[in-house]
Amino acid sequence: MLFELREVSLNRGERRVLDAVDADIHPGATAIVGPSGAGKSTLLRLLNRLADPDAGTIAYRGRALAEYDPLLLRREVSLVPQLPSLLPGTVESNLAYAARLAGKRLDAAACLGHAGLGAEFAARDVAELSVGERQRTMLARALAQEPAVLLLDEPTSALDQASRDAVEATLKRLHGELEISLVIVSHDPEQARRLADRELRLEAGRAVSSGPNAGARA
Amino acid sequence: MSTSIHVSLGQVAAALALVALATAISYWRRTDLERDIVVATLRSFVQLTAIGYAIKLIFDADTIWLVLGLLAVMIVFGALTARSRAKEVPDAFWPLLGGLTIAAATTLGLVVALGIFEPTPRYLVPVGGMVIGNAMTASAVALNRLGDEVAESRAAIEATLALGATAREAAEPFVRRALRSGTIALVDSTKTTGLIFFPGTMVGMLLAGADPTDAVRLQLILLYALLGSVATSALVATGLAYRNFFTPAQQLREPGG
Repeated sequence: MLFELREVSLNRGERRVLDAVDADIHPGATAIVGPSGAGKSTLLRLLNRLADPDAGTIAYRGRALAEYDPLLLRREVSLVPQLPSLLPGTVESNLAYAARLAGKRLDAAACLGHAGLGAEFAARDVAELSVGERQRTMLARALAQEPAVLLLDEPTSALDQASRDAVEATLKRLHGELEISLVIVSHDPEQARRLADRELRLEAGRAVSSGPNAGARA
Repeated sequence: MSTSIHVSLGQVAAALALVALATAISYWRRTDLERDIVVATLRSFVQLTAIGYAIKLIFDADTIWLVLGLLAVMIVFGALTARSRAKEVPDAFWPLLGGLTIAAATTLGLVVALGIFEPTPRYLVPVGGMVIGNAMTASAVALNRLGDEVAESRAAIEATLALGATAREAAEPFVRRALRSGTIALVDSTKTTGLIFFPGTMVGMLLAGADPTDAVRLQLILLYALLGSVATSALVATGLAYRNFFTPAQQLREPGG
């Protein structure tokens, strides 16, 4: 099992964002779906310890998340946030920064290619990129760390349809060829069906259903 | 530098005419500052008179322990004052206290060790007061900026943390900008000193009848000492304060949490 969540709760001020969530996330591609405000992004942030739950436990590959060094965990379980946020500089310097943190050799052209960007993007200043290009650069930067798991928060929210199709094709390929497990937060049920083989549905902070995609659809 | 002049209370009272002018302008142009001007005038009179007696006492006693005691009180009050301007920084008091203490110790220690001033109350008290006052302003500005930067850049900081960067690495660009804004005001005013404004020490010495060459040299020493103390306090305060935004697990704390 990739992640096992048991009775996971999290409060923000007075509000209960996650309420005793029980769920198993299998290796492969899982979509976290549900209405906005259901706690999807918050749940994703717990999986690489950008935040910790107030109650309950999360295990990654059978071991409690709290036992992992958060820095090493985040290089293996890489989160791509919804809003692209790159460091000032070129695309390549961003990829190099991520690769260096993970102790990997950088193949910028390959990372950019996986994210649907040409090798010529390496020299571009991130300030000159469109939002869609930034979102794909964020993906390329995460790939530079050669993660085992990618946590993607609304990976195509800022994209037009053509770019969205390109990123979706990339994600399918990453999952198929590189055997990277994906956990994808999406508000779009159609996208969840296209990208994921399993689905976890959250509503008002509670896990209301989980299982193979076909089952979730029925 | 044994110049000494006598200023009578009558002369001070006469200067109140200018306070009356400021009050009149406020009343006339409705800036609603009359009350504040009166409070400021009274406070400055009471506080400076009190510190004047305290300094006289310390000069007469001529012991280093009273000097250190006075400097310690100034540092604590400086850190408390600066904290009120750095509300966005969690537990800002301790980084500020550290910054002011290290800046005062380094600056005063160096000016004594280099033989610039003798370690006597006559030098340590006024120089210490200037050093701590300027360090307080600089570190308050720096932490105020740091708080704003972190509040505005939460998404960027978390995006860097998400790559497995340490809190220090994720905060580094914002710490650098905060340090810069804490130091830059004094650097700029040092650049224009003598052209656009006359600094206080020099004015005071000229008024007291000192030789202009001596006045300028003493002023230069103080300006250079202040540059060192301002940079040191802002460096230490920002270097300690950024940690308070993060948990031990390298997570960015929720605002107010």
